[in-house]
Amino acid sequence: MTRDEIKDIILEIIEDIDEDADFDDLDADQPLRDQLDLDSMDFLDIVMELRKRYKLQIPEEDYPELATLTSCVNYLEPKLKDV
Amino acid sequence: MGLTEHGTVETENEVYNISKFDYNVDYWTHHHNPRTVLNNPAGEITMKFGITGPHYAVGAACAAGNAALIQGSQMLRLGEVDLALCGGLSECVGSFGIFASFRAQGALAEHEEPTKASRPLDQDRNGIVISEGGCIFTLERLDKALARGAKIYGEVAGYAMNSDARDFVLPYGPRQAECIRLALERAGLTPEDISIINTHATGTRQGDVEECKALAEVFAGCSAVRSNNTKSIIGHAMGAAGVLELAANLSAFEDNFVHPTINLDNPDPACALPGLVSGKAEKVEQVETILNNSFGMVGINSVVIIKRFMAD
Repeated sequence: MTRDEIKDIILEIIEDIDEDADFDDLDADQPLRDQLDLDSMDFLDIVMELRKRYKLQIPEEDYPELATLTSCVNYLEPKLKDV
Repeated sequence: MGLTEHGTVETENEVYNISKFDYNVDYWTHHHNPRTVLNNPAGEITMKFGITGPHYAVGAACAAGNAALIQGSQMLRLGEVDLALCGGLSECVGSFGIFASFRAQGALAEHEEPTKASRPLDQDRNGIVISEGGCIFTLERLDKALARGAKIYGEVAGYAMNSDARDFVLPYGPRQAECIRLALERAGLTPEDISIINTHATGTRQGDVEECKALAEVFAGCSAVRSNNTKSIIGHAMGAAGVLELAANLSAFEDNFVHPTINLDNPDPACALPGLVSGKAEKVEQVETILNNSFGMVGINSVVIIKRFMAD
């Protein structure tokens, strides 16, 4: 999976969680939770969806890696390279 | 918030979900607990509106809507809150287990024409039609309501709850009659003072007959009273039933029309009620009071009496 594909997957998952999410002014290097209306439960939805879709087990200590869109892509790129 | 049950829908869906992952609990949702705690519906309302007073659920099976109204009234009388949002809701239609259990009990209605399936008090009834819904009333003390110029739909005049203490599902008329008499006594009213009796009757044979026996006994000789059944029109909304059915009758204070019981094509003689309004709405001279019955499984009975509000 390419970096762009991973980015699209993340945004697609967020859109499933919150259909009103607005990505127009999203800064890829700023925390997602500050820019979108995501609470603690929504963030865990992203982790669960990645587990369901790609059998990815993301350990809790790695959650900070998912803070921004760019850091998500950086973290997931090696894990999803064969998908 | 009055609830018949809560969390059944989420739990059934989640068990189905992990069955697709070979029951691996890694795939069980983190939403399960916050969504299935009993205070969830009430709590979500506080989060939505930024209400910082207490919130919780009252569980009373199909009497839950009335039970919430009663709880709210009590908190206002104790001076614990300035205003109470009380009501009930039901999402039972999302649960196959609730349908299947009523069916296993022989209490789930069916009819070729869906609109004819809900027929309480009719000889051809064959059970309950489960419906989805919610209804919330704003309760406050009269001085506060007047001070903010609120539109006042009615006044809580009296209420009572009691328990059959007998059977899981079979209702018991004599205890229901006691509950009705207690509510009347607390309201300072006699049976002759009631304008509309809104029955709980759900369309099960014993339930309908037991309630009608109780009402026939308490209201014997009351010629002016009218009675009706809202479930014949909207089905049985479980935890929301009591409050929705009250809402369906409150407008009678303004237009004096008593809404009808429908689908009474073949009235059950064992359910002959005083002043039963059937087929079409009946206009009466003046609706002064509404007595709202709601009874639930495991033998919980509730009666709420509402009076027409008259400004001094």
